[in-house]
Amino acid sequence: MASPVATGPAGPSPTQAPAPRRRRGGENDAAWHLSDRIGLAVCWALGLIFCAIAVAIVVYLLVQGIKFLKPSMLTTPASAGFSESETGGFSDALIGTLIVAVMGIAIALPVGVGIAVWLVEYGRPAALARIAESTIEAIAGIPSIVLALFGTVIFSSTALGFLSRSSEGVVFGRSFFAAATMLSLVALPLVAASTREGLNSIPRHVREASYAVGKTKIATTRRILLPTARPQVATGAMLGLGRIIGDTAIIVVLLGATQNFAPVEGAPFPLNYLRGAGTTLTNFVYEASPTGNLNQPQKAYAAAFVLLLMVLALNAAVDVVHRRAGKAGSWSS
Amino acid sequence: MEGGGLPEEYGPRWSDQRAERLLGALVCTVVALLLALIATVFVRAWPSFAHNGLAWFGGGGNVDDQLNQIYLSGLGAGHYVYTFHAWQLIWSTILIVGGAVLLALFCSLFVAVFLVEFAPRWMSNVLQPVVRFLASVPSVIYGLLGVLVVVPFIGNHLVTEPQKASVAGVISLSGYSLLAAVLILTVMIAPLMVSIFSDGLRAVRPGWLEGSLGLGVNRWRTMWKIGVRTARPTLVAGTVLAVARGIGEAVMLAMVSGSVAFAPNPADGLIFFYEPSRPLAPTIVKNIDSLGSKPANATLFAIAAVLLFSAAMFSLAGWVARRAMRKYGATA
Repeated sequence: MASPVATGPAGPSPTQAPAPRRRRGGENDAAWHLSDRIGLAVCWALGLIFCAIAVAIVVYLLVQGIKFLKPSMLTTPASAGFSESETGGFSDALIGTLIVAVMGIAIALPVGVGIAVWLVEYGRPAALARIAESTIEAIAGIPSIVLALFGTVIFSSTALGFLSRSSEGVVFGRSFFAAATMLSLVALPLVAASTREGLNSIPRHVREASYAVGKTKIATTRRILLPTARPQVATGAMLGLGRIIGDTAIIVVLLGATQNFAPVEGAPFPLNYLRGAGTTLTNFVYEASPTGNLNQPQKAYAAAFVLLLMVLALNAAVDVVHRRAGKAGSWSS
Repeated sequence: MEGGGLPEEYGPRWSDQRAERLLGALVCTVVALLLALIATVFVRAWPSFAHNGLAWFGGGGNVDDQLNQIYLSGLGAGHYVYTFHAWQLIWSTILIVGGAVLLALFCSLFVAVFLVEFAPRWMSNVLQPVVRFLASVPSVIYGLLGVLVVVPFIGNHLVTEPQKASVAGVISLSGYSLLAAVLILTVMIAPLMVSIFSDGLRAVRPGWLEGSLGLGVNRWRTMWKIGVRTARPTLVAGTVLAVARGIGEAVMLAMVSGSVAFAPNPADGLIFFYEPSRPLAPTIVKNIDSLGSKPANATLFAIAAVLLFSAAMFSLAGWVARRAMRKYGATA
């Protein structure tokens, strides 16, 4: 996993030390003290526990998901009712997750790539570059609940009233626009860090070759550098998508406490939904868990299963991109 | 990125200066947004801090009752109430995040060493995706599993009837507990630490390790005395990041911690681990409906300000620690 913040400015290159990993030859087993052996056993145990936890999560949710997930849940919206059989499904939540994911990444991707390009290719004045770098790190460190609270302030302002429902001058401030904008800040650092890593890994002579044939800096970036760094950009985007899909705090606060779409009347088609409140799978799971307002554990399991499938699919996609990028061969410097 | 076939990069639309200025403006916007966020949070929080002073961080009274009073006072036209003593929430945050980070630090260090040096190829091929997967599971799923699996297990099998009876008048030990919160938070933050630690361990210069091996030190000792020691700055960085993540975790802890304003007391012995509480971040989620009341709004923003400030302080401390260690030749 590409951790955006921790790799830091120095960026420990993973290519440095793959060769001398196995140092079996000539080692004397007697040199291993009892404490060393116990330590190694602890290593194995903890490694196996990690695997066991992951397998347990997947298998348990798989079993519960198959038991409780009915295809009709994916197509019917939630409704009020007394028992779990009367309350419909979570189609609105599913669509809401997709909307939020698309909108969030649609903001985070261009902004993140733009910042990364500026940092790597331009970065003047140097002071601003340093500030921008720390800003990205700081945004990565802001708890999402704080972002959510900040969102309530900006989107309740009358200037941004057109992005959500408003009545008699009071702006509700909760809408897909509001939630997606704040969620894009969650994805932004991942996209920026990953793109930056990609751009930094392109050796200098590639740029020089492009400048030498008369291309400008921005043309080089658009035609050569960004296409080359595409795997890293894609990785960042998918990691960001995973964060957006999995975030709950911002959704709970900024998408309105509802389980259905609440379109705004009197607005043209896509806008009326985007300006209205809604729900996502994470919000549905949160509310349907025993501690939430709905308390329908079976449906919570079903929705959590669907959510987990999405996350697994994203993980697999990251793997595929990595493998392809590895196969295509990188610039040998 | 494949635009039209025309070489539009020569046109005025994408001239270099313009692109630079545009991207620069974008960067400035994001920086300004962050500054606006910080300013907004602290300005909104000010009334709560101003009314309480340092007592804000102190104890006294039940936080939930205070929050309720604050909320109600905002509905009427009368005098706003701001009295708020957050110690119960702060103490709960310290216990849960501290416990989880200590546990995760121990586990992830061993797992990272294992992953980098000792695991056979097949094992590291399994373990790496596992770590990545655990890091990407949404927190609400951890919360759900906690509520439906871990909490009932603790409530039904670990807590005994006499224990429940002994505190029956004060709190109910139903399984929503410190223990559940710490365990699940550990699982959430450990993968993050493992991936950062193993990056750091891989970046240790092979020559240093080989030098140690060449002196006849076995691989285990070499890894701990040279590898882990050299990678200390990354250990600090990973731990700091994990602390920040734990402090900001709202939803999972709101589900598992019990959501009761109560300060678990270590003097209670074993029951201490079964006592419910509620950290700072989940308090915001739980009281989000009272944002409309002005004093409640200020109080919630004050909690957010504390979260923001402590996350920033941890990052700063981590940065200072890493700088200090770098002096001794430690890289990464």
